[in-house]
Amino acid sequence: MFGGRFTHGMIERNAMLLLVLSLIVVSIGGIVEVVPLFTIETTVEHVKGVRPYTPLELMGRNIYVREGCYLCHSQQIRGLRDEVERYGHYSLAAESMYDHPFQWGSKRIGPDLARVGGKYSNDWHEAHLINPQSLVPESLMPSYSFLATTPVATEAIAEHLRTSRAVGVPYTDEQIANASADLQAQGAPNADTTALLKRYPKANIVIGPNADISELDALVAYLQVLGTMVNFADTSTESLQQ
Amino acid sequence: MPTKIEKDSLTGTNTTGHDWDGVRELDNPLPKWWLYTWLVCIAWAFVWFVLYPSIPLGTTYWHGVLGASTRAEVDRDVAAVTARRAGVMNKIAAEPYDAIRAQPALLEAAQTAGRIGFANNCQPCHGAGGGGAIGYPALAAGAWIWGGRVEDIELTLQHGIRSGDPDARIGQMPRFGADGILTAPQIEQVADYVMTLYQTPRKDAAEADVKAGAALYAENCVACHGENAKGNRELGAPALASRVHLYGGAREQVVAQITQPRLGVMPAWNQRLDAATIKSLALYVHDLGGGE
Repeated sequence: MFGGRFTHGMIERNAMLLLVLSLIVVSIGGIVEVVPLFTIETTVEHVKGVRPYTPLELMGRNIYVREGCYLCHSQQIRGLRDEVERYGHYSLAAESMYDHPFQWGSKRIGPDLARVGGKYSNDWHEAHLINPQSLVPESLMPSYSFLATTPVATEAIAEHLRTSRAVGVPYTDEQIANASADLQAQGAPNADTTALLKRYPKANIVIGPNADISELDALVAYLQVLGTMVNFADTSTESLQQ
Repeated sequence: MPTKIEKDSLTGTNTTGHDWDGVRELDNPLPKWWLYTWLVCIAWAFVWFVLYPSIPLGTTYWHGVLGASTRAEVDRDVAAVTARRAGVMNKIAAEPYDAIRAQPALLEAAQTAGRIGFANNCQPCHGAGGGGAIGYPALAAGAWIWGGRVEDIELTLQHGIRSGDPDARIGQMPRFGADGILTAPQIEQVADYVMTLYQTPRKDAAEADVKAGAALYAENCVACHGENAKGNRELGAPALASRVHLYGGAREQVVAQITQPRLGVMPAWNQRLDAATIKSLALYVHDLGGGE
């Protein structure tokens, strides 16, 4: 090749060439492993019920990421008997398909949260986030009391939905247009929730201690939806693999 | 680059021909044991490809001749442990509580299942040992709001309280302050009266206030909480003449609860836990010290 001048010695002596060729070799390995996952149909299981997050849940999720909750809490129930017995059905890829990025995590200083939705009351989550030790004396979790007094940022909510759509979350135009109204409906006292629940089935209505919708309310709305979307009563392992 | 391969004078081995500022490299062959292990590993990889899920095939993939799947495996593991427990758990689900209590081995199994289930699911709210917290009933103290017989506890566990379950226990308390039913001074008078039911003598309450509070109690509260303030379990109205108070017994706590009542929620557990586990939990909670 190249008249016999493209040799081992030439690659070893030319750092840039070595780098480029190494990148090519490494990316072949990556492409072989990753690309088939995009074409294989069961990579993300076909299950009913998974919907995009409501605007308030999405804000809660942003707070979850911002506060680094994933550093102590995983959101992935592995396919091991003890995990399934403690936390419930093992996690599916489909359950985090609208997460960008997903919050699987790898640390379990606190318990796994993949199915925490509905396990405790909204009141419990609020009191626990404000002062974890008041309810769980042995807990190591820090207090997040400031969330209760910080109003959730609502100005850019439609943009958050639109950005999510840009990376593949199927928000409809209607959902984006009503983002602000839906956020209010889920968190404000005495709001009409009919339209919200039509657009986002099973959304948990959070009415916090304050009139303003706080970051605490948003985070609780997010926690309460975790793991509740798929109805596992009519899902079997065989059906997940087809 | 000099590529002259020459024999090293000390070892008699050929060099690789690379020369880096006079440093040369011997071209020793790989140890045989290492080389063959490596080749066997490569061969084994192909066997592995055949046995296990491996090669992508467009929209599907090679599932492997062993049909291995970690998900099927966990299903099998769970089924196996369920089958191992089935003898005991089916009995717990099927037999009445008296019969369970009459069989020491069965009772012990139910208490163990109850203890584990409680630690996993109930303890975060009700505390270790059922000690309770503000807003979360002290199960060991026997101040039952919806009833403390083991059957009552089972029903509460299954359907929850204000949980959204169609059979959930639902109690309502009017917002006496927030909705303007009573004025703030009236609410304080009611609190003064209510506190005499469990805190005597009350030095810091004026006689007149307590009297006025008693009259207001008779008008507004008696329908649910009862004449002697022993509560009404049909309605989930807590006993006020009690040493245990769900939302606290201090004056400001009583005033706050009358002004804008907090109405706690307990999830329904019938979707999360099976019947035998719920019955085990009911027995365990009943035996924490407060059961009736």
